[in-house]
Amino acid sequence: MNLRDAEPQVAARKVGEPILAVENVSLAFGGVKALSEVSFEVREHEVRAIIGPNGAGKSSMLNVINGVYRPQHGRITFRGETRGHMDPRHSAERGIARTFQSLALFKGMSVLDNILAGRSLLMKSNIFLQALRVGPALREEIEHRKRVEEIIDFLEIPHARKTPVGRLPYGLQKRVDLGRALAAEPRVLLLDEPMAGMNVEEKQDMSRFILDVNDEFGTTIVLIEHDMGVVMDLSDRVVVLDYGRKIADGTPAEVRASQAVIDAYLGVKHEA
Amino acid sequence: MIYRETGQFKTTYASDQQLFPILQDRVFVIAFLVFAFGVMPFIASEYMFRAILVPFLILSLAALGLNILVGYCGQVSLGTGGFMAVGAYAAYNFAVRVPDLNLLVVFILAGACATLVGVLFGVPSLRIKGFYLAVATLAAQFFIDWLFARVKWFTNDSSSGSVSAPPLAMFGHPIESPAQKYLFVLAIVVVFALIARNLTRGAVGRAWMATRDMDVAAEVIGIRPLTAKLSAFAVSSFFVGVSGALWAFVYLGSWEPLAFDVNRSFQLLFMVIIGGLGSILGSFLGAAFIVILPLALNQLPTKLGIGLSTAMISHIELMVFGSLIVFFLIVEPRGLARLWAIAKEKLRLWPFPH
Amino acid sequence: MTATARNLTFAFFALLVAGAVSPMVIGSARFPQWLEVALGGLLTGVLYSLVALGLVLIFKASGVFNFAQGAMVLFAALTLVRLMEKMPLAVALAATLAIMFALAWLIERLVLRPLVNQEGIVLFMATLGVANFLDGFGQAVWGSQIYTLNVGMPKEPKIILQGTFEGGVLVDMEDLVAAGIAAALVAALMLFFQKTATGRALRAVADDHQAAQSVGIPLNRMWVIVWSVAGLVALVAGVVWGSKLGVQFSLSQVALKALPVVMLGGFTSIPGAIVGGLIIGLGEKISEVYLGPAFGGGIENWFAYVLALVFLLFRPEGLFGEKIIDRV
Repeated sequence: MNLRDAEPQVAARKVGEPILAVENVSLAFGGVKALSEVSFEVREHEVRAIIGPNGAGKSSMLNVINGVYRPQHGRITFRGETRGHMDPRHSAERGIARTFQSLALFKGMSVLDNILAGRSLLMKSNIFLQALRVGPALREEIEHRKRVEEIIDFLEIPHARKTPVGRLPYGLQKRVDLGRALAAEPRVLLLDEPMAGMNVEEKQDMSRFILDVNDEFGTTIVLIEHDMGVVMDLSDRVVVLDYGRKIADGTPAEVRASQAVIDAYLGVKHEA
Repeated sequence: MIYRETGQFKTTYASDQQLFPILQDRVFVIAFLVFAFGVMPFIASEYMFRAILVPFLILSLAALGLNILVGYCGQVSLGTGGFMAVGAYAAYNFAVRVPDLNLLVVFILAGACATLVGVLFGVPSLRIKGFYLAVATLAAQFFIDWLFARVKWFTNDSSSGSVSAPPLAMFGHPIESPAQKYLFVLAIVVVFALIARNLTRGAVGRAWMATRDMDVAAEVIGIRPLTAKLSAFAVSSFFVGVSGALWAFVYLGSWEPLAFDVNRSFQLLFMVIIGGLGSILGSFLGAAFIVILPLALNQLPTKLGIGLSTAMISHIELMVFGSLIVFFLIVEPRGLARLWAIAKEKLRLWPFPH
Repeated sequence: MTATARNLTFAFFALLVAGAVSPMVIGSARFPQWLEVALGGLLTGVLYSLVALGLVLIFKASGVFNFAQGAMVLFAALTLVRLMEKMPLAVALAATLAIMFALAWLIERLVLRPLVNQEGIVLFMATLGVANFLDGFGQAVWGSQIYTLNVGMPKEPKIILQGTFEGGVLVDMEDLVAAGIAAALVAALMLFFQKTATGRALRAVADDHQAAQSVGIPLNRMWVIVWSVAGLVALVAGVVWGSKLGVQFSLSQVALKALPVVMLGGFTSIPGAIVGGLIIGLGEKISEVYLGPAFGGGIENWFAYVLALVFLLFRPEGLFGEKIIDRV
């Protein structure tokens, strides 16, 4: 699938300095080594893909970046701050947002509420004012509602705004997940298999959204994807993981030509 | 035909987010309030006030509080009776030891005491989840039971262990007649229901529901599970504490710790389940159901001409109760509130079938 | 177990032992009396474990927290005691057991099957409903007085260890026999689970419902079996407690005590139910006898719960329970 046939040429993005870097990160669960000494960096405004066969540790890498998992070893640098491990709340405050492979939406709430929840960090009014719903509390609700409506328009789901997300089809649920992450106005957006389970049209829509977010807001994107066509067309640079190790790092063309990558996907054993 | 939204367009977010966006709903609610405040005091019998309306209103308030904790925030609590007791005894002590304190202030202070205790017993919820938490809240229940029974200071060293509330009065006007008590309680409950609605629609309500649905994801978007859970315990305990004070002062008059035992906790939990978890209306519907059911069951054998001993009636009550709970959970786990919502949906389509 | 978990558990047990022994160190208790109290507590603990066992069995196999276990204990005891008025003990026992099996089948059919995919809390509430129903039904059918249950348990206390300690140590023989019965039951259950095909199937169901189904294990039948076994356990608990306290409504409440036992031991562990019961029984008795007077008595109403709560703060999954991992 070649996205360039469906959409006009994407203008060259202005890519900046590294905003996120992981150094020698190792993560193990009991005896299982999920990540071994992985190092790479992500530049601001770029679209960075992480690919690899199943079980390569891609989701674990994202979880380490935003603090859901703590690595036994290694360091993470984000916006100049270096730490041994991240913390979910801290990373959210500093500007990392993410979507989840298994959606993790708040099933009991409507689309509007789910995305509004994404703005939690930006809402400041205290509980007593909320109880009375006057003054700052009321103004805040309306103001944030406006921003969320913009996101809903952008993702083309206005008809579904009051529907409980549990009732939406899978493709729309994925958009809500993206919307919730966008609501936080993040600097870096981590996308965990945003195209999983989608047909060609849905993938084109989602790709368009991702590119638009990167273009219009300059959000740095780190995405895990299995669809090679999508990865090659969307991303500026690619990291390839296999059995928890990095085996390639470069532009899509470089990575596609790398023998190590081809071997990994074809299942050829190679010595570590 | 009558319940259509056609022609009702909202031009601002404020109007879309108002309490009752559909005109027919607004009309209905206003009519209902006018009836409750203006007409009911004159037409209802004393029995109606004393045995049905007042207990229904007070228990609705408690159910509302519990629903915030269990339904909106997903923290199961079996210690609600204990928090009601804290409210009741706190109100008693304030009223008796600080004479001439405004009745509303007494109740608010009682609620505040219950809030403190509630937050204290809510702290374990950060480590303990699900059923473990439910049983942990029983620790609160039994400990509080024991505390008020044994520590004489709380009951002003009363020899029998039971205490009586002082006569009720607000700004010099006595609150004595059943109709006056009803209006007093009604006013308080309406205000609290409004507060509950505002909270659940706002940021704090979304934080509660997010913590309930998926607390790991909630943390990732910046919601602090700690704050969410503790605030749920705090708000819930405040509601429950005030309801406990009302129950003791307005409904019972004089009471002992048994009035707030573990059976009360279960009764409130049933109200919330049958009424509908995560629904304000549900709390009221559930309370109405639980208040009216025993009365109906008591009257039924005599109406049907069957003579049954009081003991047998109470056994049958338990059986009907238990079966109804199972029945509701099978047929509509989201409770009476959901049935109400379905009815409204059908009404919107009427007279068309779909 | 991780190092911290190990250390915390160790610290907790050390504190427990210190607390249990402290009356002798700082108070005026002498060893023989302390031993009496301790033995009494341990034996009561075994009886709590009996009820807790039923809870754990059902949770392991069907993931349901069976709040009705206490009501089942009462119902079994009531049925037995009333049937015994009309038939000899052995026949009455068999009949009661059959009734408990029928009850298990009914519960599976009417309550569990319609609710099969609902969340845990819904199933828990359903068992609350079943508990209410059973309480009402049992009393409506069999009556609500206190009935004496005589199954031949020894009633006189015995004095042991007269040679070692002056005056000897008083032991309640009935409790001792009850503990023996409970131990035999647990041994039989462990054999059942480890050695028989049905037991193996039940363990498979406990591990993973869907996987068990996909190898052909009939879930519904397994649940009937588990609830029947729980019914058997309830009957034994009913016999033991009913013989001790008399068969009356408050038996249902005794079962509430099994909840902290299960919390302490972990919901999915049979050894946990036993160890938990022992700890709770011992702790409760010692605190009531030695701490109680300072607080005006009545501590045993809440001690078990507070003990379990404190323990859970250190180990939220209980002593032997499975660690709860949140996957995203």
